[in-house]
Amino acid sequence: MKPSINTTLPITHCCPACGLLCDDLVLNSTYPLSIKNACTKSISFFERAFTGKAATSSVAGKPTDLNSAIQAAANILNKANHPLFAGLGTEVQGMRAIMRLAEKTSATLDHMHSEGTVRNTLAMQNSGWQTTTLTEIKNRADVILAIGTDIVSSYPRFFEKLVLNTNTLFNRPKPEVIYLGLAEEAAKLPEIMSALNALMNAKNPLNKKPDTDLIGGVTIASLKLILAKLKAAQYGVVVWSASALKFPQAELTVQSITQLIAKLNETNRVAGLPLNSGDGDSSVNNTSTWLSGYPTRNRFVNGHPEYDAYHFSTKLQLMNCDALLWVSTFNAYLPPDCEAPTIVIGHPDMQFKKQPDVFIPVGIPGVDHIGTMFRMDSSVAMPLKKLHETELPSLSDVVNRIVSQIEAKLS
Amino acid sequence: MITLLKNGRIYDPTSGKDGVVQDIYIKNGRIIAKPSASEKITQTYDLTGKVVMAGAIDMHSHIGGGKVNIARMMLPEYQETKKYTEPEAHVCTPSCSHPTINHATPSATDTGFRYIEMGYTAAFEPALMPVNARQTHLEMADTPMIDKGGYAMLGNDDYFLRMLTAKKDQKAINDYVAWILNATQSIGIKVVNPGGINAFKFNQRRLDLDENNSHYQVTPREILKSLSTAVHQLGIAKPLHVHCNNLGAAGNFQTTLDTMSASDGVPMHLTHIQFHSYGTEGDKRFSSAAAQISEALNKNKHITADVGQILFGQTVTASGDNMMQQLNAKHANPKKSVIMDIECDAGCGVVPFRYKDQNYVNALQWAIGLEIFLSVEDPWRIFLTTDHPNGAPFTSYPHLIRLLMDKTFRNEAFAKLNLDAQAMSNLTSLDREYSLYEIAIMTRAGAANLIGLNDRGHLGIGAGADITIYTDQTDREAMFAKPDYVFKDGELVVKDGKVVKVVWGATHTAKPAFDIAVEKDLKDYFDKYHTMQLDSFKINDDEISSDGRGSIIVHENKKASH
Repeated sequence: MKPSINTTLPITHCCPACGLLCDDLVLNSTYPLSIKNACTKSISFFERAFTGKAATSSVAGKPTDLNSAIQAAANILNKANHPLFAGLGTEVQGMRAIMRLAEKTSATLDHMHSEGTVRNTLAMQNSGWQTTTLTEIKNRADVILAIGTDIVSSYPRFFEKLVLNTNTLFNRPKPEVIYLGLAEEAAKLPEIMSALNALMNAKNPLNKKPDTDLIGGVTIASLKLILAKLKAAQYGVVVWSASALKFPQAELTVQSITQLIAKLNETNRVAGLPLNSGDGDSSVNNTSTWLSGYPTRNRFVNGHPEYDAYHFSTKLQLMNCDALLWVSTFNAYLPPDCEAPTIVIGHPDMQFKKQPDVFIPVGIPGVDHIGTMFRMDSSVAMPLKKLHETELPSLSDVVNRIVSQIEAKLS
Repeated sequence: MITLLKNGRIYDPTSGKDGVVQDIYIKNGRIIAKPSASEKITQTYDLTGKVVMAGAIDMHSHIGGGKVNIARMMLPEYQETKKYTEPEAHVCTPSCSHPTINHATPSATDTGFRYIEMGYTAAFEPALMPVNARQTHLEMADTPMIDKGGYAMLGNDDYFLRMLTAKKDQKAINDYVAWILNATQSIGIKVVNPGGINAFKFNQRRLDLDENNSHYQVTPREILKSLSTAVHQLGIAKPLHVHCNNLGAAGNFQTTLDTMSASDGVPMHLTHIQFHSYGTEGDKRFSSAAAQISEALNKNKHITADVGQILFGQTVTASGDNMMQQLNAKHANPKKSVIMDIECDAGCGVVPFRYKDQNYVNALQWAIGLEIFLSVEDPWRIFLTTDHPNGAPFTSYPHLIRLLMDKTFRNEAFAKLNLDAQAMSNLTSLDREYSLYEIAIMTRAGAANLIGLNDRGHLGIGAGADITIYTDQTDREAMFAKPDYVFKDGELVVKDGKVVKVVWGATHTAKPAFDIAVEKDLKDYFDKYHTMQLDSFKINDDEISSDGRGSIIVHENKKASH
């Protein structure tokens, strides 16, 4: 795509490339790309956005105009009885439109990164949790325990912005960061977390075992030290990445993390920070919840919302659905293989191995059009700016036009 | 196009009309004087024998924003809905779900539908967290049928507390408060557990009115004084909305009485006062202090209050008061809770509750709320709320109205309560029954006055034509549950309790002027301590109105008459 900027540069900008939604980026030029306060994720995101190929709509692999593609998509959804809307890489405005279409077509909704989201949701629905947000961490956290994540791979600027910052409201010392269960060690977290909870109870026999004994590869002495540091903290923060917990019933491990936090809070202040995975997962989950009453995974049956975190997964629904709508607007992620007719609406730079039945390239939120996005802590929603003029419609434009086609057919 | 509502019995306290039979004419969404004979009446509704009131206004209801969405997310089991056949007239679009059993955490869409079906045409979110304002407005934008607005929460944000510690003058405070109202598109200011949410972050677990926040060395009393003065001097109609310290704690009535004096006579509104009217008498060290609270309310004319009635059944409590919710979490039913610290701005606590009539405390809470309703003499200064969803879902208002209007019904309900609780309440000695006129004051005229909605809550010439028409029934619950007609801005939107047309309502705001220099220090603060830019914090008008269905109404800065 030839960069055609008509915004006056430099422009202060909000970056949707990860869940931090840093809004202190300054875009100095788009070609060659020059961004102040950039990180690896933002650079690759904007580079692809400005230099990727400009695709046109296609039906059965043949280029066509937007109207025909919208008609073809409506035809597929009109024939479908239980379509699957997956991917859902979008922001609030796009999700609002998707929800309308899902209601009209009795669709099932699942986000591409929902494995982690669902683990957190299930833990929260089972026992609740105590959590905090980024600005609290930046100003208060003096001990950070990172479980199953190095944080920085998901959020490149986390430490720069929230840990190494010198300005804080309460003159906190530089926080100590403790890592637990990184990479393949994550598989041992169920055992490790159970031990930490057990060690919180003075009467538990585990307290009498030798400090040199290993639990999940960690010495009891180390586990006790972690607890001691959390108990001594003015404001301890426990960060976890549910998507890193790739074992069955991982929601129970999330729950044992939240249980530990709850126990510590009986006397101290310690709060959790569940990480998200990006591609609008927090935006989609929140929007779905206020519009239907349910987080994802959910579906509509004759306009009526239903919720089932297990059965409505993409993996299971790919076997049952009679149409697939794949949405990915931030990244050019490709749809999973599906035997049912497939509609793809998304990033203009998608390079298909197998052409979908309908492809409609749309603008990238925060580049080609404005948008609204939830940060990873879900407490802050940020406005995304438009950086340049483009021919590409937004996802919500396209989806609303599909809705109109379907309504016309119904009436 | 002129619509004539003919021969209805008008209950319009603003103009003193108590059951007067009168015609109402509507044109372009407004009530007009009787038009000249040459003007054509397009449509006439014969309302002979019907009760006509302005659309009801819920001045305190948690309808949107972070904590409400957390409640929905945490409690999918309450969203269980009936299979149903879609009523023909129920126009469901866009993204509308459908008539359901009354649940505590309706979706945004259901919220609008359930309100309008009961004849409510406006509801105000009382705890809009400034940093979460965008989400709250997104949810309110997706709430159809009714007007809405939010009160911005201040008084626990580090920016404000730093100002108090630094002894900034009242003008500086006023500028900040006005800036917040503008930036968050709010209509009023709320303070929740003044200083306490912040103190909880420093591991304080309770904060009394004259107790210092350990870090800032300021007391809740100082916070209340500063904020109530700011709101008063800025001239926004709505007085400071106060959720007192010590919510839910036995013996907290003393804090509530003391709080009434904290503003030195400047108007304050004490919210869900039932939760703040508890004594420590009796074997169980939990008793009703409704008499003391009501007496103080009767005496202190600068104080208004809404009740926050509890009703029995399952609900969820969603509050900014994470300090007290952390304590309440041990009573959670089902056993789960979400407690959050948020952005050096505030916090939230979401705790599901099941109020049981055989539980001593719950039964007494029920009685305390009603005792207050019946003992406060001036219906212009007491408001009908359940603090939705904290005391009960707003859909239980018709039941609550019947409890107030029907002594026999009330006493029969009382007789079924936990016996120890019965022994501790004087409810059956209170003979008062609210009249239709008084209900119209509490739910219409008074609420509009309090918020400063000058063209709502009444049926005078020039008023917005938000009008609800009921069939007069002795069963007041049935009557108020299902109006015959509801007009929103002059359009018929509900017929026989069912929505016949979808409209979107407006967002009410107050935008007092402020010295733009306030942004200099704020920008420095945001750059140093926040994780977002000052500009991202502010909500533009376009974000609310650019989708073609939302709109913003800015209220003038002037005092309400009552």
